[in-house]
Amino acid sequence: MKQSIALGKLTKFMGSGFLGTLKSIFTGKIEKEDFKNFLRKVMVPIASILIFIGLWHMGAKSLYTIEANYKIEKALSEQGQQAADAMKACIASGDVSCQPNTLPSPAQVWASYKTLLQDHYAIRANKKAFKEKTATINAERLAEGKNPITYTGRPSFVDQILTSLKTVFAGFLLAFIIAVPIGIVIGLSKTLRSSANWLIQIFKPVSPVVWLLLVFMIVKTLTKDSQSDSAFIISFISVGLCAMWPTLVNTAMGVASVDKDYINVAKVLKLGTFKKVYQVILPSSLPLIFTGLRITLSVSWMVLIAIELLAQSPGLGSFVWEEFQNGAIDSNSKIIVAMFVIGGIGFLLDRMMLTIQNMVSFNKNDGV
Amino acid sequence: MHTKTINNNIGISAENGIVYPSKIMLDLVDLKKVYPTPKGDYVVLKDLNLQVMKGEFVTIIGHSGCGKTTMLSMIAGLNAISGGNISVLGKQIKGPGPDRGVIFQSPSLMPWMTSLQNVLLGVNQVFPHATKTQRTDIAKYYLQKVGLESAFHKKASELSQGMQQRVGIARAFAIKPKVLLLDEPFGMLDSLTRGELQDILIEIWNKEKITAVMITHDVDEAIFLADRVVMMTSGPEAKIGDTLNIDFERPRTRKAILEHDNYYKYRKHLIDFLEH
Repeated sequence: MKQSIALGKLTKFMGSGFLGTLKSIFTGKIEKEDFKNFLRKVMVPIASILIFIGLWHMGAKSLYTIEANYKIEKALSEQGQQAADAMKACIASGDVSCQPNTLPSPAQVWASYKTLLQDHYAIRANKKAFKEKTATINAERLAEGKNPITYTGRPSFVDQILTSLKTVFAGFLLAFIIAVPIGIVIGLSKTLRSSANWLIQIFKPVSPVVWLLLVFMIVKTLTKDSQSDSAFIISFISVGLCAMWPTLVNTAMGVASVDKDYINVAKVLKLGTFKKVYQVILPSSLPLIFTGLRITLSVSWMVLIAIELLAQSPGLGSFVWEEFQNGAIDSNSKIIVAMFVIGGIGFLLDRMMLTIQNMVSFNKNDGV
Repeated sequence: MHTKTINNNIGISAENGIVYPSKIMLDLVDLKKVYPTPKGDYVVLKDLNLQVMKGEFVTIIGHSGCGKTTMLSMIAGLNAISGGNISVLGKQIKGPGPDRGVIFQSPSLMPWMTSLQNVLLGVNQVFPHATKTQRTDIAKYYLQKVGLESAFHKKASELSQGMQQRVGIARAFAIKPKVLLLDEPFGMLDSLTRGELQDILIEIWNKEKITAVMITHDVDEAIFLADRVVMMTSGPEAKIGDTLNIDFERPRTRKAILEHDNYYKYRKHLIDFLEH
């Protein structure tokens, strides 16, 4: 019993209270209220997902028809009736060479998803085999003081995801390290706040692309004679710089708007500056700081794709770009798989931040 | 005038070369507060003179907006003085400090701290040289005094308004201030809780005898707690209108006071003042 309460609390904590309802359905204790909750929290979302997939399917189908008709008519007008019939037959046969290139249907996307997974397993097996094969040679090379031979094959889709996550977390960390201390300092002093305001207002709306170019200019020079992975450095710094503004603004606002009563208490007790900041100001502005950090994390994930794409840094962004350039028959559906993966991971990251926020803040708020 | 008789009640001590009657704990001289507005200065307080003796409990009563809270926050050092001066034991005050403890109208606890941590926040500041155990003991002692022995480790945000204000009382007494300033501390509570807290406050105060200045809207509260009730005129340019000595013996019980002949006389005096 105690355990189930803890579970309920945890799921609610993470903003997914509907799991509790789902559980009560399976444990068989259904009451009228539970049933209503079940309808609202489980059935309605499922229904809306189904409707979405249905609309998508129909949309894709009609786009397919438009594209196919266009191809047939083109063949007719350019090469005559015979070519048009051939084209029609070719499209109907599902031959790769003449498929209309348009929005893929849900079924195609699902198939691509499975392909990508299989591809990942194949690459993983490949890697393992390579490692085993080179293990003895590498040991010898190491003993001779040479660099070991590393796997240089194509990364799988899952590898790309992990690379992207690494970039995002590095960027997020950078944003955190820069924005929170500066936000606190700005929040504490009215003079600094008004002097920094114009800078923030100007830099906040700058597009990720411009940040990338700016960072590129600087990092290119700085890493001229180092061997490090400059594409990764450029992309994570750009992500951090793009995404840090919400945290900066929220931290400054949180620190500046601490309840006057708390400040009065600190004044009456004559707390030193350090104590005042750590015991009164920071804890009371934590909710706002975390709201900022949450926005920062979602913004970093959002701009990451564009930045990876431009910086030629490996990850989901370059995956999407390569697939687009590739133009293979299942490229479009692979791009859409990437889209869902990006969305899903973004959602999970946000939930993660919400959970941490609820853990450290004194006023618990449910997920927004 | 009442203040005159106090001035004659002398025990002289020299501090900073100035001669002061030693029994005067808190001295407000020609206090003035001006708020500049676009339409010219708004004078809240003018020529306000008040002396509070060592160990005296003074309640201040007056209409809303007359400047009571302004005066109290000036004594606390949270509000700048426009003219005149305020001194504690003959020393002019400079800004806020723990020698003047404040119990605010809202409990003003840090909601992320436990009640013990809230009290310790002040105790650690005032007794930096005591050991950790000693400081914790002080904090626990005062929390016990206000009846919160079972809530040491409860977060302030989990306590009811009345419980929070109890922590506020414990926090103020635990730093052993020279003067205790109370800004309508029970104004937000229901009347039952208010009665309880008045009893707790007066019980601790009887032990500690800390000079106290308390603002209230409640005539009965003013009489029950005070040695002297100070009535302020309505603003602008508010000052002390009248004072009334309450000669009930301490320790007091509510019942004994309600049955006392003088009670209704005092009450009438205060209400007559407030209605004119």
